[in-house]
Amino acid sequence: MQLIFEKSVKGRRGYKIAKCDVLSKAEFPDKYRRKKECNLPEVSELDVVRHYTNLSKMNFSVDSNYYPLGSCTMKYNPKFTEKIAGMTGFMDMHPLLPQLLGGGILAQGSLEVLFKAERMLCEITGMDAFTMQPMAGAHGELTGAMLIAKYHKERGQKRKYVIVPDSSHGTNPASAAIVGFEVKVIPTGKEGDMDFELFRKAMNNEVAAVMLTCPNTLGIFNPRIKDICDEAHKAGALVYYDGANLNAILGKVRPGDLGFDIVHLNLHKTFATPHGGGGPGAGPVGVKESLAEYLPIPRVVKRSDGTFALHYHKPSSIGYVAPFYGNFSVVLKSLAYILFLGKTGLIEASEYAVLNANYIRAVLSKYYDVPYNKICMHEFVMSAEKQKKQNHVSALDIAKYLIDNGIHPPTVYFPLIVKEALMIEPTETESKETLDIFINLMIEIAKVCESEPGKLQEAPVRMPVRRLDETKAARDPKLRWYPQAAK
Amino acid sequence: MNFVPHTQDQTKEMLRTIGVVGIEDLFKDIAPELRAKSFNIPEGKSESEVVEMFKKMASKNFTHLCNFVGAGFYDHYIPAAVDAVSGRPEFYTAYTPYQPECSQGWLQSIFEYQTSIAEITGLDSANASLYDGGTALCEAAMMAIRVTGRRKIIVDSGVNLVYRTMLYTYTSNLDIEFVETPVVHGQSSRDEIYKCLDDKTAALILQNPNFFGAVDDHTDIADKAHKCGALVIQSVYPIALGMIKSPGEMNIDIATGEGQSLGIPLSFGGPYLGFMAVRNEYIRKMPGRIVGETTDLDGKRGFVLTLQTREQHIRREKATSNICSNEALMALRAVIFLSLLGREGLKELAELIYKKTEFAKSVFDKVPGVQVKRSAPTFNEFTMCLPRNADEVVNHMIDKGFACGFPLGRFYKGMDNYLLIAITEKRTKEDIVKFAESLEAVLCN
Repeated sequence: MQLIFEKSVKGRRGYKIAKCDVLSKAEFPDKYRRKKECNLPEVSELDVVRHYTNLSKMNFSVDSNYYPLGSCTMKYNPKFTEKIAGMTGFMDMHPLLPQLLGGGILAQGSLEVLFKAERMLCEITGMDAFTMQPMAGAHGELTGAMLIAKYHKERGQKRKYVIVPDSSHGTNPASAAIVGFEVKVIPTGKEGDMDFELFRKAMNNEVAAVMLTCPNTLGIFNPRIKDICDEAHKAGALVYYDGANLNAILGKVRPGDLGFDIVHLNLHKTFATPHGGGGPGAGPVGVKESLAEYLPIPRVVKRSDGTFALHYHKPSSIGYVAPFYGNFSVVLKSLAYILFLGKTGLIEASEYAVLNANYIRAVLSKYYDVPYNKICMHEFVMSAEKQKKQNHVSALDIAKYLIDNGIHPPTVYFPLIVKEALMIEPTETESKETLDIFINLMIEIAKVCESEPGKLQEAPVRMPVRRLDETKAARDPKLRWYPQAAK
Repeated sequence: MNFVPHTQDQTKEMLRTIGVVGIEDLFKDIAPELRAKSFNIPEGKSESEVVEMFKKMASKNFTHLCNFVGAGFYDHYIPAAVDAVSGRPEFYTAYTPYQPECSQGWLQSIFEYQTSIAEITGLDSANASLYDGGTALCEAAMMAIRVTGRRKIIVDSGVNLVYRTMLYTYTSNLDIEFVETPVVHGQSSRDEIYKCLDDKTAALILQNPNFFGAVDDHTDIADKAHKCGALVIQSVYPIALGMIKSPGEMNIDIATGEGQSLGIPLSFGGPYLGFMAVRNEYIRKMPGRIVGETTDLDGKRGFVLTLQTREQHIRREKATSNICSNEALMALRAVIFLSLLGREGLKELAELIYKKTEFAKSVFDKVPGVQVKRSAPTFNEFTMCLPRNADEVVNHMIDKGFACGFPLGRFYKGMDNYLLIAITEKRTKEDIVKFAESLEAVLCN
């Protein structure tokens, strides 16, 4: 498809700018004026609408396709939460209105949303306080790593290591490193959990924190999770909970009860806000009381008269990780989702997410290797290593064949510890019928691997493009369009 | 109905396939002592009950005030086509385009966004977006440290105070030296900056227009900084780029900014859009997702996520940044907005806002006791000094229906009588004249 820039016709306009209703003779000084033309396209409103509408049709999405992308919790995003986020009273709120004198008064609705969301997330996770500031999961991790650094600094300790298991998300070590920590990686043991003995050996008073996902990226709930927390605490370290997989355990387990000191949640995953093609998400961070004073400012508080206010005077706070209060409208949608589902609905969400994952695992483990084949949580990882060895069909080939059949592939080649990994997270909102279509297709694929491997290696053939040359893209980066004359 | 579609029979059948009796059996490996000690969440409500609840909360916000508050975040009109097209679920319910063949719509849109940002900033290439203008600035600073191997950063005080605070928070555990240079007569102080520039300086951070609304030409400063081997980072307001000299024309190395004005609602602070554009020599050091053009097996043009070896999912602790997602949906809104306006529309919008701002300055200046600051040219925002404490005036102006500006005493010592006023195309002549009349009435009392 042509680029919007290639559809440009000189002199065409897509938007009417209001006539100037004021008289002003002022001329902007030439010294400061832009001289170089800005080559935005010259197109009509219909051109723009049709262009992006047609582009939208070239995407798989939850609303149009089954999307069992592991670790991403691509559940259905209810429509009513969009309606709420679009209410004028929320959408048109300037973030600095609370700065006007008595300003809390001007933003009572928004502050109430933030306060309620904080109370809900505290109860769901068993933590004591939450900040809504972090704007994505990785941003939450970064905030968490800063809190860890601050905690030890306040105690006059210099601890330089953060421990992560080798099954962790790549953001965990990256976030710890950016705050200045060195990363120690612990291998996975036979049962699919972080090797407890190796962990114990690595633990000492130079370790600032342990960062864990539970259930982990293999979909396995570590039965020794509490022992890990206790061991870390004994050495004076903190334990960090990466909430990427919270959708497995709502109402069943709370990180706070297990001993975790800090958690981040991915609201866009567990609490069903749209992933937006890669954002916006939201990554609120919760802590135990001992860390609450370090949370970013401002804090939302409820006054004794029932009104809400922002507190900025927190001398121990790490400071600002976002300009204001985080991705407010994402928090808003999550709160609406939580209030709609309620206690029973949330528990049910986790139960059926786990049921769906186990159902697929139980059937497909007869056709594919499942390295840790036991009851899993909301997702599991299988391997196409057998297919790769016997038929030269890779996880990637399988993914591309799924695309041809209208299903978004699982996450592939992650976690790194499973060869030819296919990480499947069905989510609770998918029906048995949909799961069966997926399962039958995967069984067909296992057979096609043996009979006609070429069909898989060729895929996809029904999409707007065939496989793309990623090496070329990286070797000779073309990151933008250039006007013809300038080439 | 909680979006779980299973019938009882199906649930039973699935459990049988798994080989367990009840759903609780799937959780039996989680020992009783690990179970939740509490889960005191209210029971669910119907959709209409929840919507009503939020309607009530929304009504408590004062969004009906005529808004002159800006400070980096502006009350612009959003064309309906932006909502209509970005509201297509094929866009908003998709995720990161890891599988390019079924994500060409997203990938091409981001490629077009990257082009638009490169064009308006006058730089070579842009990334696929970052969380917001503040984090974009922090990432730019870290990038300059990686590029130069140096650890000193000079920050102009004209940079939004919130962004400066974020910068210090982000880097508080790293060994980085910051020096702040003052704003003199509204603009960046050359003398002070040149005193601080040396061969240890990694970057100089500027903002244009600066927090007080003053427009500057940083070409001379950029030249001096480059002679010292330092990079120059400029945070910019994208609508202003329809009129003011672009970062590219000033030889800036990294331009960042808040894209909220490009068709994104204010929404009490987010989600917003951080943009970043750089000169080509730095693209491999740039953080965040990047989309690149390539070809498929048949030689047909297509788009992919590229330069991923910089990223955390491959490089883990050695990555250029920990950023995993971007703000794609906001970037989409921005590219739709910029495409609708087009090359002439952006210029005209900037011209309109400039004229209105100049008109407001002349009208407000006539209010007895009020002094509009005119030491430097401005674009859409300016400061004015009131004869008394701005906070009190703001309060009375709320009663008259105005959010009349940002009281600078909140951020700056000794500026208790100052207001920062922002004008957008939404503010009519009538709004501006009424504002002046109300202000006069408030000041008379």
